[in-house]
Amino acid sequence: MSGAHGAEAVVDHAVSMGQSHLPILVILPLLLGCVLVPGLGLWRRRWAYPLTLVAFALSAYFAFRTLFAVLEGGPLHYTLASWAPPVGIELAVDALGAFVAAVVSIIALLVAVYAGEAVRRENPVREVPFFGMMLVLLLGLTGMVLTGDLFNLYVFFEVSSLGGYSLMAIGHKKAPISAFRYLIMGTLGASFYLMGVGYLYLLTGSLNMADVAGIISTMGLNPALLVSLVMMVVGLGLKMALFPMHLWLPDAYTYASSTSTAIIAPIMTKISAYVMIRMLFFVYDWDLFLNVHHIGDIIKWLAIAGVFVGSIMAIGQKDAKRMLAYSSVAQVAYIGVGIGMANPLALVGAMLHIMNHAAMKSCLFLVTGSVAMQTGAQRLKDYAGLGRRMPWTFAGFTFAAMAMVGLPPTNGFFSKWYLVLGGIEDGEWPMVGLILASSLLTAVYFFRLLERVYSKVPGEEQKPAGAEDPSFRMRLPILLLGVGVLVLGLFNAWFVSRVLSQALPHGMSLPGF
Amino acid sequence: MNDIFTTLIAERWAYLLTVVMIIIGLHAMMMKRNLVKKLIGMNIFQGAIILLFIVHAYKFGASVPVHDAVLGDHPEAYMNPIPHGLMLTAIVVSVATTGVALALLTLIYRRFGTIDEIELLQKLREEP
Repeated sequence: MSGAHGAEAVVDHAVSMGQSHLPILVILPLLLGCVLVPGLGLWRRRWAYPLTLVAFALSAYFAFRTLFAVLEGGPLHYTLASWAPPVGIELAVDALGAFVAAVVSIIALLVAVYAGEAVRRENPVREVPFFGMMLVLLLGLTGMVLTGDLFNLYVFFEVSSLGGYSLMAIGHKKAPISAFRYLIMGTLGASFYLMGVGYLYLLTGSLNMADVAGIISTMGLNPALLVSLVMMVVGLGLKMALFPMHLWLPDAYTYASSTSTAIIAPIMTKISAYVMIRMLFFVYDWDLFLNVHHIGDIIKWLAIAGVFVGSIMAIGQKDAKRMLAYSSVAQVAYIGVGIGMANPLALVGAMLHIMNHAAMKSCLFLVTGSVAMQTGAQRLKDYAGLGRRMPWTFAGFTFAAMAMVGLPPTNGFFSKWYLVLGGIEDGEWPMVGLILASSLLTAVYFFRLLERVYSKVPGEEQKPAGAEDPSFRMRLPILLLGVGVLVLGLFNAWFVSRVLSQALPHGMSLPGF
Repeated sequence: MNDIFTTLIAERWAYLLTVVMIIIGLHAMMMKRNLVKKLIGMNIFQGAIILLFIVHAYKFGASVPVHDAVLGDHPEAYMNPIPHGLMLTAIVVSVATTGVALALLTLIYRRFGTIDEIELLQKLREEP
């Protein structure tokens, strides 16, 4: 009797809340791939790559269908094992989640296209585990984006981290050391997050994000709530390499193999930033904590310090990948600035920067990977004159570099534009000045590199062998991403008005839309 | 003031243990030179968080969370199973992380012949 009643409740819930199978279909191909790729790969090694590609492509396809379904019909829900939330775990996808899931899966698909040949050349024997770990990484990341449960998010967090640690340990001889340091820091971050969840669970008795948000909105300020928020900001800040917790990042990105860096750098820190947005704006009462109690100010000023530290360190680097790694520290910090300002325009800038930085940074890391593979050049001085010898590769690089500096009409311009508008709305003139000044610092190291790439002619003795464009399959993702930064820039109004204006948290609306 | 300390030690001593474990874990992760000791610190830290959940879920005199006609429908009569379930998952996660970390440590030891952080940093500086 009670069972039948429970089933009815589940059905009622399903009808009322936009139930759909789409969210789980984004995760399922990756989950199956994690099992099938190592399994079949042991038997037939050449099957590993096509299977990986199919899993990534299916996941991207369903992520885009989810995005369009959410834009048309509002948030989607999927209850796992038919246990109705808040008791059961549910996948809950709103416009922000669907947007980030689509970005992550498409970037991962493009890197996977590149990886087919790159991994075969870099790690000829270890293709099968490499692709398996790529699937584990993406499984964790999409799971983090789609889940609506606080503890489920922790599990996906650790799944993605395990993939990340093992991918980062492949590459340079020193890679295991930097991967181990990242493991210690990453686990510390995830544990802090879990402790924050523990405090929330102690307070509310629930783990469902929407349910917890509903309960704590009635609580007002509570010291335990503040402690849990601080734990989460520290934990996620560690994972997203927010200044001053960024020290693990440069070594890890520099020593990992080029494909590992190209898939980890653009999306992993961004997903932690997404989780921070999800927690601060959708679970906690953002106005109370970020604006009234000035947590936002702390995040904002630390982040802008991170922008400067990252940019200045990038200027001083001699190694191409290390320069890009420091610039990642700076660029992720822009997202932190948008989070800290906590007004609609700045938050849109932060959300837009998640997508924009993912596109440009993956393009840049794919280029440094191709250059290292074709010519063996890793140091910036070896890049002299490569622009004429690898024209297609460096065409993509040029677009992405322009986007990093923030020149219109590339996408990088628009995310900074919204951040600056947000600063003006708050009347934060020092912050506006600092954001604009930081663009100049970015310009210093990218224009210096572009000048070297295009105008310097290398001396006879340092002319590297094999300096020509890589094969079509490695060139295609670079070019698509290079054109992508332009297209995303030109169509940014569509993203803001159609997608991100729906993605804002309760109580925020974008003026003019 | 005295009362608070008395109740804290008499009734909430397990929470104090959590705090002590967190401090030991953080200290080992940050200050120890030996990478294995850092890993042990990480495990102590995770253990502290597991303890936090379990201590909070503990009820004196409660039964297993299966409905019993004698005990009736009182929620006080049953344990809350969710934190225990969560922590089983957290233990699995921590074991997996430890496994990856140990694999990395063997790799480091094979390549550099040491797991002492300061010696490793020296070797890193010497090599290109």
